[in-house]
Amino acid sequence: MYFLLARVLQATIVMLCVALVGFLVFQFVGDPVLALVGQETTVEDREALRESLGLNDPILLQYARYVMNALRGDFGISYSFNRDVSEMIAERLPATIELVMLSGVLSLILAIPAGIYTGIRRKGGLAQTIMALSVIGVSIPSFLLGILLILVFSVWLNWLPSFGRGDVAAELGLRSSLFTWDGLSHALMPAAVLCLFQLGVILRLIRAEMLEVLRTDYIRFAWARGLPGQRVYFRHALKNTLVPVVTAIGLQLSSLFAFSIITERVFQWPGMGSLLLHAIGQSDIPLLAAYLIFVGLVFTISNLVVDAIYVLIDPRIRHGAH
Amino acid sequence: MTDILCKTKDLKITFPHRLGDFTAVHGFDMEVRRGEIVGLIGESGAGKSTIGNAIMGLLSHPGKVSGGRIDLEGQNLIDLTGAAMARLRGRRIGMIFQDPMTSLNPLMTVGDQLAESIALLQDLPMAQARQMAADRLDAVGIPDAVERMGQYPHEFSGGMRQRVVIALAMAGNPDLLIADEPTTALDVSVQKQVLDLIRSICVERSLGVILVTHDMGVIAETADRVYVMRHGRLVETGPTGQVIHAPSQQYTRDLIASIPSIESREERFRNPVKRTGEIDQWLLEGHRHEGTDDYVTASALTKDFATRKKTFWGTSGSFRAVDIPGLSIARGEVLGLVGESGSGKSTLGRMMIGLVQPSSGNVHYSDHGPLAEVRSRAARKALRRDVQVVFQDPYSSLNSRMRVDHILAEPIRFHGLAERADIPRLVGALLERVGLPPDTGRKFPHQFSGGQRQRICIARALSVRPRFLLCDEPTSALDVSIQAEMLALLMELRRSLGLTMLFVSHDLAVVRQVSDRVAVMKQGKIVECQDAEPLFDAPRNDYTRMLLDTAPRASGHKEANNLRSGI
Repeated sequence: MYFLLARVLQATIVMLCVALVGFLVFQFVGDPVLALVGQETTVEDREALRESLGLNDPILLQYARYVMNALRGDFGISYSFNRDVSEMIAERLPATIELVMLSGVLSLILAIPAGIYTGIRRKGGLAQTIMALSVIGVSIPSFLLGILLILVFSVWLNWLPSFGRGDVAAELGLRSSLFTWDGLSHALMPAAVLCLFQLGVILRLIRAEMLEVLRTDYIRFAWARGLPGQRVYFRHALKNTLVPVVTAIGLQLSSLFAFSIITERVFQWPGMGSLLLHAIGQSDIPLLAAYLIFVGLVFTISNLVVDAIYVLIDPRIRHGAH
Repeated sequence: MTDILCKTKDLKITFPHRLGDFTAVHGFDMEVRRGEIVGLIGESGAGKSTIGNAIMGLLSHPGKVSGGRIDLEGQNLIDLTGAAMARLRGRRIGMIFQDPMTSLNPLMTVGDQLAESIALLQDLPMAQARQMAADRLDAVGIPDAVERMGQYPHEFSGGMRQRVVIALAMAGNPDLLIADEPTTALDVSVQKQVLDLIRSICVERSLGVILVTHDMGVIAETADRVYVMRHGRLVETGPTGQVIHAPSQQYTRDLIASIPSIESREERFRNPVKRTGEIDQWLLEGHRHEGTDDYVTASALTKDFATRKKTFWGTSGSFRAVDIPGLSIARGEVLGLVGESGSGKSTLGRMMIGLVQPSSGNVHYSDHGPLAEVRSRAARKALRRDVQVVFQDPYSSLNSRMRVDHILAEPIRFHGLAERADIPRLVGALLERVGLPPDTGRKFPHQFSGGQRQRICIARALSVRPRFLLCDEPTSALDVSIQAEMLALLMELRRSLGLTMLFVSHDLAVVRQVSDRVAVMKQGKIVECQDAEPLFDAPRNDYTRMLLDTAPRASGHKEANNLRSGI
């Protein structure tokens, strides 16, 4: 418990630092007053506006105000859309979440058994084939794969729609396009593109860790104790591979959240990635600052979750050994 | 003397390789009876562990039994299918590995692992298996067995873990137990307890035990009969007392002769090193000690390590690893520092040469002043040229990406000890000085054996012409015969170069062979420090006496062994 409390504290500090960067970007890249007012505003009016926006207050006070606003979900108004930034993020976020979840689940379902299998049957033909395919998965650029998939499944076969997000339905109080066939068919190809890279990385990591663990003395001893194969592989070996694997999965999934930009672009997916591209194009500072904080939050939370899983997996962390 | 449990006949084990098969074991015959401990001894690479693994059906890939038979009460194990062999493991044959720190799954409680084995092997429901697991832990001498069931392996000490491993190996009530170096990773005092436990289980359950080890002392104290192996062949076999006291083969004699004795200091080390006058002259140039005053003195030295906080807001505690009032080493003296693992001996050794910062107190070099004041770049360079170190593990202490001649030339060049043009010749002479062919410098460290690498480490330490050498368990990773050569080399170098040495080791016998004076450490404190001969012959301190008594010795306990083999 002590370990987790310490981690939560660390995460809070990290988030405050990220917020500071977001605040500095917001405050000092360009003049917010200039961005708000037109050419004809007088100097006095500008000064009044500056005063009323609190831009003349001490910098720490402004930072505190920024953090308090962020905590309430208030990140200011987007320059280019003239709308609440948090509202726009809230609009786009579900689309990205469902894409990430779908590709994450797909890659885990495929990577874990494939990783274990290739770890156990190193020399088998199927294992070799899986490994060769995983190299392709890791090395093919996502835009190329996306275009290929569109060519095959949308243009030639005409099975799947080539762009956009499908119908949205509510289920169990959640609204998602994954609950309709149309939505699912739209999400399938972008999720597959995102999944393939994760799959390659996670599969190879699990395999490498399995090979490592299967060489250890406690696995040899488990064999010598007469334990059957499935027990040795799944109960003794797999659990011991998990700490590095969970770390990698956490980082991979967070980066999916933040940087699925290219895939979203290729499939015209209305998620966070296309929002970021737009914000960069328009120099939309409030949007960029909010995006920065959002990315920081995703990474921090996923690392916290990873840490919590460590504690569940490894008693040595629980007891502070090592 | 009838009941033969396990028997190997003309056993041959090969490891196929693309450049031709490597035969690890050539036609090995062995018999194990119930209630008997059979020792299998040899140096590394002798094939002794391979035989244990073959009986277990757990030869590492791509090894296979290519001839002969292994009989377990009349059943030939070699004909069995993988699945049939798997059913024997744990139920008929149990196995214990060397390192108790790594043979248990770190992520499962000890109770879960034991109950898992019992439930599976004896076909019991889990609740009953847990009940029995507690009894079994109790039986191998683990106090508070019920509470300790819920603990993880890292919460047990080395000796306790090895007891758990034994309980696990015995979970299916096997008839044959293969113990592969079961005590090599343990302290001497714990080693004795674990061997006693194996002995008593063997007698109580009339279990056949194959004890695989490189340690003649362990064999002498535990085994009834012994098989001596070399290069995959049987050299000699017989009752333990007979093999040790009247070996019939030259190899066995050499093996026994190379064991350093704890009983006495012997001037019998062979000196295989070719002396080359020029390199000795170079090594001595301007660096010989003058006088016999104290070269290095530690005073009121302590080292604290922080321990984890108990609560979130609490202050972190600390653990005092070293706490000594003072220690000094005279010029040209060899001080031995012995203690069990965790006694702080390595930490103290490292503080003496400034590798570890003391928490308080200081170390004073008569040539350089207090270590804490050696700050400037030039002063530190001068100190490091005088003070060198040889570490325990010759595998990880050499840079595997550098050629050996570059490893040796680097310090000479750095300290500007020779003309650039002379360095290659010096490096060759240095290699020759430590007993390696001078032209081997072109090779990389991985192309050398453990003993050869340790020679390279010594040559590297010598290459800066040091006055003081810290040897931190320099022979612990080596086979006994190589260990003897290494000690001979160190002693010869010390005599001809007048080196001052701090020799850290857990092995009392080794320390006896090299030291002028010995300090014994226990829990960070020096409990006894005096000249080597009186310390070994008439220790003043109880702890020293206990260490000396529990150390296994090849020559000791012969009456006990003769008695046992007579039964």
